[in-house]
Amino acid sequence: MQKIGVFVCWCGSNIAATVDVQAVSDALAKEPGVVFSTNYQYMCSQAGQDMIQEKIREFGLTGVVVCSCSPRMHETTFRKTCEKAGLNPYMVEIANIREQCSWIHKDKETGTEKAIILGRAAIAKVQLNAPLTAGQSPVVKRALVIGGGIAGIQTALDIADAGFPVDIVETKPTIGGKMTQIDKTFPTLDCAACILTPKMVDAAQNENINILSYSEVEAVKGFVGNFSVTIRRKARFVDETKCTGCGLCTEKCPQKKVPNEFNLGLDNRRAIYIPFAQAVPKVATIDPNYCTMLKTGKCGVCSKVCTAGAIDYQQKDELIEREYGAIVAATGFNPISMDKFDEFAYSQSPDVVTSLEFERLMNAAGPTGGTLLRPSDGTHPHTLVFVQCVGSRCDGGEKGKPYCSKICCMYTAKHAMLTREKYPDTDVYVFYIDVRTPGKNFDEFYRRAVEEYGVHYIKGMVGKVVPENGKLKVQASDLLGGQQLHIDADMVVLAAAIEPDKSARPLATMLTASMDTNDFFTEAHPKLRPVESPTAGVFLSGACQGPKDIPETVAQAGAAASKVIGLLVKDHLTCNPCVASSNEMMCNGCSACEKVCPYGAITYIDKDFRGPNRTTLRRRVAQVNPAVCQGCGACTVACPSGAMDLKGFSNAQIMAEVDAICK
Amino acid sequence: MQVKEEFKPTIVAFCCNWCSYAGADLSGTNRLQYPANVKIIRIPCSCRLNPMFILRAFQRGADGVILCGCHPGDCHYTTGNYYARRRMTLLFSMLDYLGIERERTRVEWVSAAEGAKFAATMNDFVETVTKLGENKRLEDLRCKSE
Amino acid sequence: MSDMTEIVKRISGVNPRKCMKCGKCSGACPAYDEMDYHPHQFVDMVENGRLEELMNSRGIYMCLSCFACLERCPRSVEPSKLIEAVRLAVVRQQGKNHLNPEQIPELLDEELPQQAITSAFRKYRK
Repeated sequence: MQKIGVFVCWCGSNIAATVDVQAVSDALAKEPGVVFSTNYQYMCSQAGQDMIQEKIREFGLTGVVVCSCSPRMHETTFRKTCEKAGLNPYMVEIANIREQCSWIHKDKETGTEKAIILGRAAIAKVQLNAPLTAGQSPVVKRALVIGGGIAGIQTALDIADAGFPVDIVETKPTIGGKMTQIDKTFPTLDCAACILTPKMVDAAQNENINILSYSEVEAVKGFVGNFSVTIRRKARFVDETKCTGCGLCTEKCPQKKVPNEFNLGLDNRRAIYIPFAQAVPKVATIDPNYCTMLKTGKCGVCSKVCTAGAIDYQQKDELIEREYGAIVAATGFNPISMDKFDEFAYSQSPDVVTSLEFERLMNAAGPTGGTLLRPSDGTHPHTLVFVQCVGSRCDGGEKGKPYCSKICCMYTAKHAMLTREKYPDTDVYVFYIDVRTPGKNFDEFYRRAVEEYGVHYIKGMVGKVVPENGKLKVQASDLLGGQQLHIDADMVVLAAAIEPDKSARPLATMLTASMDTNDFFTEAHPKLRPVESPTAGVFLSGACQGPKDIPETVAQAGAAASKVIGLLVKDHLTCNPCVASSNEMMCNGCSACEKVCPYGAITYIDKDFRGPNRTTLRRRVAQVNPAVCQGCGACTVACPSGAMDLKGFSNAQIMAEVDAICK
Repeated sequence: MQVKEEFKPTIVAFCCNWCSYAGADLSGTNRLQYPANVKIIRIPCSCRLNPMFILRAFQRGADGVILCGCHPGDCHYTTGNYYARRRMTLLFSMLDYLGIERERTRVEWVSAAEGAKFAATMNDFVETVTKLGENKRLEDLRCKSE
Repeated sequence: MSDMTEIVKRISGVNPRKCMKCGKCSGACPAYDEMDYHPHQFVDMVENGRLEELMNSRGIYMCLSCFACLERCPRSVEPSKLIEAVRLAVVRQQGKNHLNPEQIPELLDEELPQQAITSAFRKYRK
């Protein structure tokens, strides 16, 4: 039997005005197990806390019930008070007689009656409370950043600056991501490569950063502070340590007909390639789908020309396993496929391009050397039509993405402006539904495109594009002008919606991080915890969380890094002790709890038990990792045998509360 | 007849710690009245509510049981309230089968900002249960005599 | 008239509130120049209680029912279903047919597809 002390607070007149506190403390004194009961003006005051501590010592209390305000207000206060007096903090229960009693009732009699019942329920619960100790788990002081775009690079640089080692895993042969393919950035029009490549070099030279390019995350185990990650280092058939990046092999390779993904297939590369001149690491990679040597065993030109002897046709995928304290997802985005939007004739004419392809056509390092030429015949286009919201803001499902892709209005304004600036003889039309330019200097930028550069902005959507005699017949509506327009365009540029990278969903499954229906990672709280995933130790950076432009991505990357640093500076993590635990004798190994756990905190092990006649029985039983469990209790209800219970909110405790209330 | 007028049902309200319990606190902070018959039990998440607890409440003489949780999609534990919703759907159809009026049980989503909704819900629920009268169907008389 | 608006919404299954006024329907419409009101306006007029004007317009009979607007609409509002429903609403009002079948031959356009002519006769059958 517990020795329980009851402390009824007046809260000045907040409680005492509608609840007869004396009657409450008198009534509760008669409850079984209660050895002391009193009331006091302000229980949370220093004097009140001192009294609680004194009575704990005097009566050797094993449980404390405080009838006061909401536990959301002062539960921690009273727990600390009791802890200082030598009582386990989880032996304290609060009966909420202010917010849920005195403040909502006017009649003193009913108020008092209800307060007594609430007090009884709390006493009944304390009777079954058990001392709980918050566990500790160590923190591995290394972070993993998945994705090597601008988000990943910035996060890694910030973490490395704080002195912690970081690994960047990038699936492409080079880091840099989408930003390497962009020509200029809005609204300042500075060159993307000029601001990005120094950062890539910084990342490569930073002692704390280890870049694992051409690699993928294969499996993730563990929990916050103690992740164990298996990384597949894909065979690039070139020894990274030997290759000097001279590029001789990429010039001599006889296989010239490989679509160059860096230029989105607008030109070709060789089977052995370095994606672009500023690639980091600057190491050649052999594309096994096109290399004649790897496919037929006959060629070997690259191996002959390589003076460093770096080519290794026998190289195999390698699996490495490393420990991390924190993981940052920075998997980024891709433009959606244009297959479903054939009304814009993307598959019928090479002169219909997506905005990212247009970016390459404008870029000095692109397939046309920076001169805007039509991909079909290499002539200079005179009339350009930009179509916004292609696949964005759709009804969802088959039609396209339900969200606004956020960046298209601005980059379309940028494209239109740059086109008019470089080629004043052009006519540029932008068809928009709404122009959305919330951002610093964004609307000014868009207005500049209209006012200074004479870009024709037309409210309305393009209905269809038909290639005819080398022209693109564009039929569109001009809603404000009240007419249907027919434009003979030379090029049509589609502002394709962006979607999370395909690797994000399998990664989320591995990380047990949650995702929304669009495959964007969800944050722990949309307002207050925007860079944390609900899964402890997993952080979000960049467009994998939602559409973002570069400044926002960099800001979020820095925020994610600061959260990671905040985690890695700790030597130990204190866990919430109110977690689930399974009774192994009752567990039947059905896996129901494992399936409902949103955190992957439950695993199954085979364990030996003593059977009859000195035999051993091997049974499959559930085990809860207390460092990962957040204490929601979903598993306790899913468990058919009742083996799973939640500490601090056990079945018996809640049942006792129910009984006390219904008595 | 007079007995019926004085009937004050016993209502057990299970509130999740993150949304509905905070919502209940808010209705207190805003001094929004609801009947004293409602007694709140705090649980970490609506998915912690074992259907057994509801049966136990009816067994011990409760006249109505209500579960409040975060709005779908807003669960602190991401998916807990979906589990709760599914489980309660099953339980309620079983209670229906047992002859417990469907109106005696309810699931309501109350966010931490919806103090007014909490009070309104409780007022409405108490009124509904009061009209139904005492619950005798599952009551365990052995418990009552103690 | 508001009852009629409800009927039109119900028989067409169209929720005009889903429209985000992008104008892709009017951009795609091959009969745009023949119409006094255009597909995006139909949706707006039903939503804003201007059904009577719409029922008295000739534009609704210029719709070829080619379903380009239905196919292209990003929000699945499907204006062509709405137009069909408005035409039905006109037909349902006894004696209020916009056209007599006798008038059809003189209004015939040589370039009109056969299918449209057939469906026109079907629409104006008593």
